[in-house]
This record gives sequence, structure tokens and C-alpha cells, in this order.
Amino acid sequence: MNAVWVITKKELRTFFDSLTAYILLVVFLGLSGFFTWLYGSDIFFVGQATLQPFFAVAYWTLFFFIPALTMRMIAEEKRSGTIELLLTKPVSDWQVVLGKFLAALLLIIIALALTLPYYFTVMSIGPVDNGAVLSGYLGMILMSMVFISIGLFSSSVTNNQIVAFLLSLFIGVFFLIIFSVLANNFTGATGQFLSFLDLSSHYDSISRGVIDSRDLIYFLSLSYLGLFLAEMSLAKRNIVE
Amino acid sequence: MSIVVSNLTKKYGTQRAVDNISFEVNTGEILGFLGPNGAGKTTTMKIITCFMAPTDGDVKVNGESVLENPELIKKKIGYLPESNPLYLDVPVLEYLEYVAELQNVPKSKIQNRIVEMVKVCGLDVEKHKKIGELSKGYRQRVGLAQAMIHDPEILILDEPTTGLDPNQIVEIRKLIRELGREKTVILSTHILPEVEATSDRILIINQGKIVADGTAESLRKQAQGQEVLKVQIDEADNRDIVISSLQGLETVAAVDPVDDMEFTFLINSKDNLSSRKSIFKLCVDNNWVLSELTPIETKLEDIFRELTTN
Repeated sequence: MNAVWVITKKELRTFFDSLTAYILLVVFLGLSGFFTWLYGSDIFFVGQATLQPFFAVAYWTLFFFIPALTMRMIAEEKRSGTIELLLTKPVSDWQVVLGKFLAALLLIIIALALTLPYYFTVMSIGPVDNGAVLSGYLGMILMSMVFISIGLFSSSVTNNQIVAFLLSLFIGVFFLIIFSVLANNFTGATGQFLSFLDLSSHYDSISRGVIDSRDLIYFLSLSYLGLFLAEMSLAKRNIVE
Repeated sequence: MSIVVSNLTKKYGTQRAVDNISFEVNTGEILGFLGPNGAGKTTTMKIITCFMAPTDGDVKVNGESVLENPELIKKKIGYLPESNPLYLDVPVLEYLEYVAELQNVPKSKIQNRIVEMVKVCGLDVEKHKKIGELSKGYRQRVGLAQAMIHDPEILILDEPTTGLDPNQIVEIRKLIRELGREKTVILSTHILPEVEATSDRILIINQGKIVADGTAESLRKQAQGQEVLKVQIDEADNRDIVISSLQGLETVAAVDPVDDMEFTFLINSKDNLSSRKSIFKLCVDNNWVLSELTPIETKLEDIFRELTTN
């Protein structure tokens, strides 16, 4: 566990040393703030004190924001060869993947924490459904976990950051859009299965305030799967033919 | 800490990078790993350091197998990879701290170890800079410092002196020699005098196979087989008489006149015999002046070339 934390600390420091963290925080807050407060069907048009518009916007911002964060995490180490140094230290592949995952997750949590002023603002407008806000943030964190693990997996299969970025967007699009579109075209078990794979429906039900174990299982197992695949792709060098 | 490599094979596709090699390294031994590019040195080192699993065979470090207990073995090894990869955007001190933490150096000792490594590797002037701002030689020192930060019992150094200036090379060799007294060291290099200067034992591999194993001296003997002497004789009148009487000696196998010098010869002795005494006696008996009698040593370069070119 100690090794995981050492890696997490190092990754977080890299985020903040290299401006990545600041730029991405500004972009995330800027975009989600702009669409929440200033543009389109913003928070003032809803007619009730709710953060729902913010969650709807952040959903898409995170979709782009997270791959940009995770794309270099493993790909860059593979390109520069530091992965060899890291993996010959007494750490397992899993600890490396998990350490990086936690670092990205912590940065996302920081970004989300910085949107708390939105909540206080809305609270001053009218009575807020605190449960819905809480579950909205929970949904956002769960969804981020899935995207981070997809991003880490993409980063682990290539040593090119751009490829990693595009690949994680590509995989992400399936979970956000394509599975739900496909689900509409199928009936029976296939359709049900595809609609279960669709991330947006699970996210919607959580952000509406319904915390169902099925949704939790969906997010957690998908995150685990991504991390597991990332670990496998690191461990590929060990395969005995 | 002993390292036992047994029947190690690593295939990349159909190519055998390492082909069924076996050797042992004992505690306090410095093993020099020699071989042309692509011979399998780096692959062997990557397997010993648990970065890659072998296709076949096993490596046991202190009785633990790399296949079963990599975590245990990794703690005991300090490794400097070939191209010395480093995080370029991290300051030297921060990087050493990170590696020390990864290596489970106790918190209270981390600062001491870092100070010591900075001193040993001569990083004092550059320690606050980012690694990316350092010259190649200093980066190499950082690589060495990170390999030794947890005071490992085994050091595996893949070309440790590349990029260093001659003074630094001498220092690093001295350091390796000192470390080698208590630790087990495997180092690979292309620089032949370096192996001679640092290693107790030399292992030459070519195309994934071990072609020579022994001390520098024993390799020379093995390559030479027979003694070769360079002899110069003055104040003799007739060249032919000298040659024939040299050839008449019991221990001499062949006399080979050196072309441009009339009374200089290369004399090959018969296997396992030395002709030095009898040549000297012959000269005394004939009142010749023996002005040169030099044993010709095969250079390590020659052995290397002979063993690794086909």
C-alpha cells in the first residue's frame, strides 16, 4: 500500500509541476462554469435551485478532460524507458497502475471540490435538494473512475500520448453514446445487455439521487476492468511463450 | 548474495536473444559482462532484475527464483539500465527521495542516504537542478545514485561509465571496486580495459551464448595455449646459425624471424613449456648478447575479437 501512495504522490507532483494540473483545472472550471451560468439552458432557466445543469455539462467536460490527464501517465514512461526503472523497483504492476489511478482521481476530486462555490451560490437562491447534490457529485466521481481507468488502459497499450488520448475518447464514446444507440436497435437480451453497458443511463439514475447497487456495481466493475487490462498490458513483457 | 543463472533462454519471436546460458556469481565478486551489440547482455540483465520473464530457465538470487519471488529480489538489487532513463522534469534531490521511498528505505534514513549518495556520486553542485538540465555525465551519476540509494546487496550496471569523462571514469571504477568487496556486482561494458580494471571475472557472450568465462589471465592463457617470446640477439655473426640453434632447443616449437629486424625473432614454445631459460643458456654458451626477451601477451581485444567474430 505504501508503494501505491509513493507513486500517487509522485504523479500528483508531476501534474502540479508541469502546469498540466493548472491548465486543466482552469479549462474544466471555465467550460463547466460558462455553460452552467452564462450560456444556453443555464441554471437560471431551470426554475428551481438545482445543480442539475452543472452536472450535465461536467459530464461532457470530464469526458474530454480525463483522457488529456491520463494519456501521458503510462505512455510517456514507456516512451522514455523510465517504466523499466519503475518496474525493477520493489513494486508490482498493479501498484503502479493503482498509484497512477489514484493520482488522477485525486486531481479530479480537487477539480470537483473547486466547484463547491456553485453549490453555495445555488443554495443562496433557494432551497436545494442536498441529497441530489451529493449523489450528483458521487455520480461524477464514479464516472471519472471509469474514464480514468479507460484512459490508463489506453495509455498502457501505446507509447504515443496522442494515440492514448484518441483511443480513450474512442472507447469512451462507446460507453457514452454508441451502446445506448445500439441498445435501441436490439430487442430482448442483447438490447438489455447493451443498455446495461450504456454509461449515461447509470449516471443519470445516480445523479437524480437514486443510488442503486446495480449502478455502483457497474461503475466499480468497469473501473476495475480498465485497471486490470492496463495491468495486463504492462505485464505483457512477462509472457512466457 | 549469490546469483545463479541456469539454462536461461529468452526468445523474441523466433530469434533467441539469450540461448541457454548458465553461470554463477558469488558474493563479493565483480563480474564483467562483455559482448558485441545485440549479444544478449542487456536481456540477461533485464531478466535478473525481474523486468522480463525468461522464455525458459531460471535465475535464483540468494535462493529465490525470479519467477516466484520477484518482489523479494527487486529489493536487493540496484539497477542502472542501459540508456539510463530518468524523469527529466524532476529535480535531482526529489528524484532520489522518490526512489528511496519506492525502495522502502526507512523514513529516518532517507535524508542520510541521499546526502551520502550526493557525496559519493559527486552531485553536490547540481543537486537542486532538474535532471533534464544536467549534462550526460551528471545524469549517469544520478542513475548510479538511484541504483545505490538503498544500499543494495547486488548491483547490476548496464554500461555504467558511458558519457563520463576520464576522471569520472576512474572515480566510478574505483567506486565499483570498493563496492565489490562486500557486494555482488554485474557490469556490462564495451570498453575492454574497463573490465580488466574492475572485474574479478569476465564473461564473454556472443549471439546469446557464453563463449568465455574466467579471469583476464585465464582467458589469455586459454586463447594463447603456448608461450610466445620476442627475442632479440646482438653480436651474433650469422643469422642462420642463430635460427637453427634456437630451433634446436628442446622446448621450442617454431622460430619466426621478424622481417625488418635481422636478429629479432618470435619464438613459440611447445604446449605448456617455457623456453626462457634455455634461450638464455644458449646465448651465454655462444657469447651472444640477449638484448630483449619479452613474453608476448594476447590482448583482451584480440581474445574478444577472436571469440565474437565468425
